[in-house]
Amino acid sequence: MASRRREGYCLGIESTADDFSVGIVSFDGKILANIIDASVPPEGGIHPREAARHHTEVAAQVLEEAFRKAGIKPKDLTVVAFSQGPGLGPCLRTGATVARALSSYLHVPLVGVNHCVAHIEIGKLKTGAVDPVTLYVSGGNTIVAAFEAGRYRVFGETLDIALGNCLDVFAREAGLKQKPGEPFGAIIEKLAQKGEQLILLPYTVKGMDVSLSGLLTAAINVLKSGKVRLEDLCYSLQETAFSMVVEITERALAHTEKKEVLLTGGVAANKRLQEMVRSIAEEHNAKFCTVPSEYAIDNGAMIAWTGVLAYTHGITTPIEESFVRLRWRLDEVEVPWVE
Amino acid sequence: MGGISQPQLIKNGAEAYLYLAEWQGRKAVLKKRLPKKYRLPALDERIRTYRTVHEPLLMHEAKKAGVPTPTIFFVDVKNALIVMEYVDGKQLKQLLNEVSNDERKRLCRQVGELVGRLHKYGIVHGDLTTSNMIYTRDGKIFFVDFGLGERTKDVEAMGVDLHLMKRALQSTHYKFADECFRNVIEGYSKVLDAETVKNVLDKVEEIEKRGRYVSERRQRKA
Repeated sequence: MASRRREGYCLGIESTADDFSVGIVSFDGKILANIIDASVPPEGGIHPREAARHHTEVAAQVLEEAFRKAGIKPKDLTVVAFSQGPGLGPCLRTGATVARALSSYLHVPLVGVNHCVAHIEIGKLKTGAVDPVTLYVSGGNTIVAAFEAGRYRVFGETLDIALGNCLDVFAREAGLKQKPGEPFGAIIEKLAQKGEQLILLPYTVKGMDVSLSGLLTAAINVLKSGKVRLEDLCYSLQETAFSMVVEITERALAHTEKKEVLLTGGVAANKRLQEMVRSIAEEHNAKFCTVPSEYAIDNGAMIAWTGVLAYTHGITTPIEESFVRLRWRLDEVEVPWVE
Repeated sequence: MGGISQPQLIKNGAEAYLYLAEWQGRKAVLKKRLPKKYRLPALDERIRTYRTVHEPLLMHEAKKAGVPTPTIFFVDVKNALIVMEYVDGKQLKQLLNEVSNDERKRLCRQVGELVGRLHKYGIVHGDLTTSNMIYTRDGKIFFVDFGLGERTKDVEAMGVDLHLMKRALQSTHYKFADECFRNVIEGYSKVLDAETVKNVLDKVEEIEKRGRYVSERRQRKA
């Protein structure tokens, strides 16, 4: 790789969990396509093998649609990026296989991207944030991070389960049904808006970390007691859980004295959470940046854009090192393109 | 709040405002937990009241365990206000970056011993960061900010406490975090018996692997 092209297109494949997505982004940061195909299990949570089967089935079609939307041909690609981790093994492997095949067939370099880094990078691209404290809340992650000395450092995180997971498990216990376009989080949000009575639930902040499993267990116990309205319980669960993650975000903001707060991940779509994060941003004279939903959920464009950043800073992933990394932490990744 | 004169804001922390003031002629720190607009008033009041009541109690208990903490002068639960002794010294956060390797080693061991005393007595601090430790001229390290602490001898809680310490070192002193944590554990081991230390350290390891993205967990399973 003697010289790296400064212009071109990167195709990014995202497949860490239940979504399979392909994004195409130009080197100057224009998003030409971002096609997302979600697998919705008929019941229960994500089954890794079933989700991977979904990814295999839709891959060709999503790729084709992405090229059509972007108005480019496969031979126009400069680099192929894929989500290398963290995530569910079978799902990650499906995306990686597609990426390796494209890379070898088209003779273009491959870049393995950290999924959490990608969420932050697309958030910065879409909101114009430069150096934010990020609150990333989804089904698999609950992280408060900020850049310091070459990496995104994790200032706070969950000690057990992720925020989105906490809400999803509760929703399933309550017998709620999600459908395409209306995930559990949105259903709980709607119910919570009709809540009036605050039910006391465990509030567990430890240092800059939170623990959500005790809260979930307590909420399920109250649910099973049958003594309260579901609306009130959703309201109380949201208020308690959100207050906890917002408290640790505020602590990171006070500690780092950064001037922007970025809210991203699937749970970022929640209006009440947005309102709370906006409130702490104002308190600390920081700008509140919330990522548009299409780019806050798992998406291929974020992988493509991070692929551009990595590739133009000399990072590629040889095929023999492109194995997936199920537990690849955000703070293990060097990000030479920042600062 | 009789007897308090000229409060001067010294820190707008996330959790509370700290003011420097005089209380009955003594130099004092006022810690006021202001309402948080993002939280529902009912939830907010419950949290602020709980922490305002528990913090002074734990600081008092910590002294019995042999850990220096500021003396509490006055507590106003209704206003979520604590008035305490002003401790003249340097934050360990700053100090650790300035001193020689040997001195840093010594300080970390001292911190470890103090954490050990707390745990042995049945207190977890809940927020062990180097900004919550003040080094005084006579060589004592004062622990402050017990708002997230609790009375417990639960190994899990002790493990979380040390895990937080480790994480705080990694995010603020990443250049020598591992060495610092090793020395903290050395000091800690001087106070607690070998079996407890082993159980707590096993817990720290377990917490790091629990449900989160750490590569070692995969290796262990395999």
